[in-house]
Amino acid sequence: MEAELENAIEETGESEQYLTFIMADEEYGVDILSVQEIRGWEPCTQIPNSPSFMKGVINLRGTIVPIIDLRERFGLKTVEYSPTTVVIVLKLETEKGNRVSGIVVDAVSDVYTLAKKDMKDAPNIGEKMNVSFIKGLINVNDKMVILLELETLVGTDEIENFAEIASMVSKNSVAE
Amino acid sequence: MSGIDLSQFHQVFFEESFEGLDVMENGLLGLDIGNVDNETINDIFRAAHSIKGGGGTFGFSSVSDFTHVVETLLDEIRAGQRAITREYVDLFLSSVDCLRTMLTELQDGQEPDLTGPNKLKEKFEAVLETPSQTSVEPDAEPTTEGGSEKVNDSKGWAITFIPGADICRTGNEPYRIINELEGLGELTTQCHVDSIPDYDAMEPEQMFLYWHFKLISDCSLEDVKSPFDWVEDESELTFTPLSEESVQLDEQEPTSDAQFAAQEMTTQAQPEPIQVQADDAQTQKESLSPQAPVAAQKKTVKPESQSIRVGIDKVDSLINMVGELVITQSMLGQLGRDFHMDRLHRLQEGLTQLEHHTRELQESVMRIRMLPISFSFSRFPRLVRDLSSKLGKKVDLVLLGENTELDKTVMEKIGDPLVHMVRNSLDHGLETPEKRKASGKSEVGTLTLNAYHHGGNIIIEIIDDGAGINEEKILSKAIENGLVAPTDSLTPEQVQDLIFHPGFSTADEISDVSGRGVGMDVVRRNIQALNGSVEVHSVPGEGSTFKIRLPLTLAILDGQLVRVGPETYILPLVSIVESIQIDPTLVNSVGGGFEVYRLRNEYVPIIRLFDVMNVEPDSQTLSDGLLVVVEGENKKVGFVIDDLLAQQQVVIKSLESNYKKVEGISGATILGDGTVALILDITGLIQVAGIKASTLNQLKELEKSAQGDEAA
Repeated sequence: MEAELENAIEETGESEQYLTFIMADEEYGVDILSVQEIRGWEPCTQIPNSPSFMKGVINLRGTIVPIIDLRERFGLKTVEYSPTTVVIVLKLETEKGNRVSGIVVDAVSDVYTLAKKDMKDAPNIGEKMNVSFIKGLINVNDKMVILLELETLVGTDEIENFAEIASMVSKNSVAE
Repeated sequence: MSGIDLSQFHQVFFEESFEGLDVMENGLLGLDIGNVDNETINDIFRAAHSIKGGGGTFGFSSVSDFTHVVETLLDEIRAGQRAITREYVDLFLSSVDCLRTMLTELQDGQEPDLTGPNKLKEKFEAVLETPSQTSVEPDAEPTTEGGSEKVNDSKGWAITFIPGADICRTGNEPYRIINELEGLGELTTQCHVDSIPDYDAMEPEQMFLYWHFKLISDCSLEDVKSPFDWVEDESELTFTPLSEESVQLDEQEPTSDAQFAAQEMTTQAQPEPIQVQADDAQTQKESLSPQAPVAAQKKTVKPESQSIRVGIDKVDSLINMVGELVITQSMLGQLGRDFHMDRLHRLQEGLTQLEHHTRELQESVMRIRMLPISFSFSRFPRLVRDLSSKLGKKVDLVLLGENTELDKTVMEKIGDPLVHMVRNSLDHGLETPEKRKASGKSEVGTLTLNAYHHGGNIIIEIIDDGAGINEEKILSKAIENGLVAPTDSLTPEQVQDLIFHPGFSTADEISDVSGRGVGMDVVRRNIQALNGSVEVHSVPGEGSTFKIRLPLTLAILDGQLVRVGPETYILPLVSIVESIQIDPTLVNSVGGGFEVYRLRNEYVPIIRLFDVMNVEPDSQTLSDGLLVVVEGENKKVGFVIDDLLAQQQVVIKSLESNYKKVEGISGATILGDGTVALILDITGLIQVAGIKASTLNQLKELEKSAQGDEAA
């Protein structure tokens, strides 16, 4: 398998390294170049009127970094945070410059070198399911890994959409 | 050249050139025609000269070529061969604009558009060709008179260059000069070593060489001289056209004699100032025209990194402070190595000292960002001068408090709103001389810019003694636009405040209203974005005063920490009016689910902070909590909180850089324990809480009736 993979990479020359983590028994992967650091969970400061997956902000050596609970973001059952709960701090390049944000996951798993050509597109399951944050699916050692599209996952638009709805809801409730 | 990458100095060159242009502009504006101060002319000349020299050295030939004609005319004026006239001043001013555009373009990495400069250059050349009537031409040697003389019959030049002994110490490389000369044509160099002393007596840093050059080229005298620009003061130089036999080697630079003579002559011949209003307006228009492209091109992106010039004293005090901090740190470190409880007081002392030093250090660092507001004010004399002559108004500009210091970022952002407001005051506020005369005022209007510190704020006032705001017209316009119902009775302040309403901004028919209003909503928005406020006070017939209130700095805030349930928030201390224990008997509910608190003669709407923030409070009833009365945008509201915590200075961090703007939150900060606390934005919170102007109006009425009750 390993040798096969190496060959495949050599042939195409296109490969990427992914950091994977476990959440609800599924393995997810993010581009390792956008991972800034991995740290333990610590309590955050809540941001008022933000969506529930937005856990709040933490102080990361003087920078204010928003933290997103990926379980809630994906609509999975939430679990109590344990000592193994980790925050993966991601650094994304956007038009407005670098954005740093953290995602809460169950546990970090492994680092894989994957060939681009092996990546399968995310299945399209009708319009109701939003699969825009899935970059693709890939098989590693007979296990499926879900590769995440970070820009849509923690990018501005998505957060803004959710936050707008949230603030609209809260405004209405205040007005009532 | 000597292999050094000159591009690393470009930024410095641009900055210095812009400074030089400012010097030129200020000098020109300060010129009293008819009674010209030689020192001022010299200042202007020196500035132009440096720009030209720098431009040449760094290879910006467009700049140096253009500055060359400016310098030539200046030189003739300096030498007294011409008397300065208003026409020249305008010409110079437009050249300053032109150079500024060129330099900005070069700074952005573009090739400057030379059509404007070339036109101006032609004008300069035309002026230079016509001999001035007001001065008497001294019988100078033909080859040495001003640089206008382009034509040169000779095939080249013989140059003697005997540098001063200290030339190397001033950083001038003869090598560079020779290189530049070589660029002009075919150069034969003869270096003389006969003045080199014995080895014992030789100073390694001194220059003992001198040169004879023979340059075969058809360039003008000015061109030949330009490589020597930087050294001409400390060197002996002779330039002889090659067609004549180069024999007068020991002769001094001939121009100096001629200049001297010229100066003597013109002191007797007083220059005639040309000062006709109509003509003036004409030249003004001409000089304004090159500005048009400037506005169009300003939109190009400026390079990201900016620099700031800091006085050495500020840096020194910073170094001192850091030294103190290091000492305190080592003291504390020593104390911590073997600590006994009996040394506790020393630890506490040390910590106090540390706090003291940290605060001082913080203040010093902040001071580095502070610049006197004259940086921003300095552009107004020019603006007022240009605009007033365009509008046919006579205006006296008074600048007060120019040394008031302000954060650089705030200053940069307030620049455009200020310009807008000054233009507005000139355009709509001040009347024409005729109107002023008719209403019994002096013909010359006064526009005052005043800056001063007040509390933690800087106040900038724009005061004119014009006609004031025409409230009736504003009001009728507002009713027409449906902003105000005809039945509403508004106080004069409320009417005047209407000019900041967005509805008043774009309509061009507003120009027939003598009041202000064009784009004032943008001004207010810009100022509010800086956490500032702007208000207007106007007395019909006597003038208007615009008062801008701005925080001194954007980076640090005096905060009051408040606790709401488990969360800690920060309220800007300046906005807090008072904090009170809630007396339930003074709480009234207004229809629509609002509650107000009766605070002496006022009714203050109550906002439960935990409702807005969606957190669980400790205090179940109002009387358990505290009411913090805050003021934002002239509205008073009371926030219900659980507890007041400490007051401290907080460093403002942006939420937007990694997240997004949150309504009601102006930013975040990091507390002593490393956790993040959110800074509340009062205006935003009021909006979030859904308090609209209409409810406040209702309150005002309530208030009035309450006052009436009390009076009865």
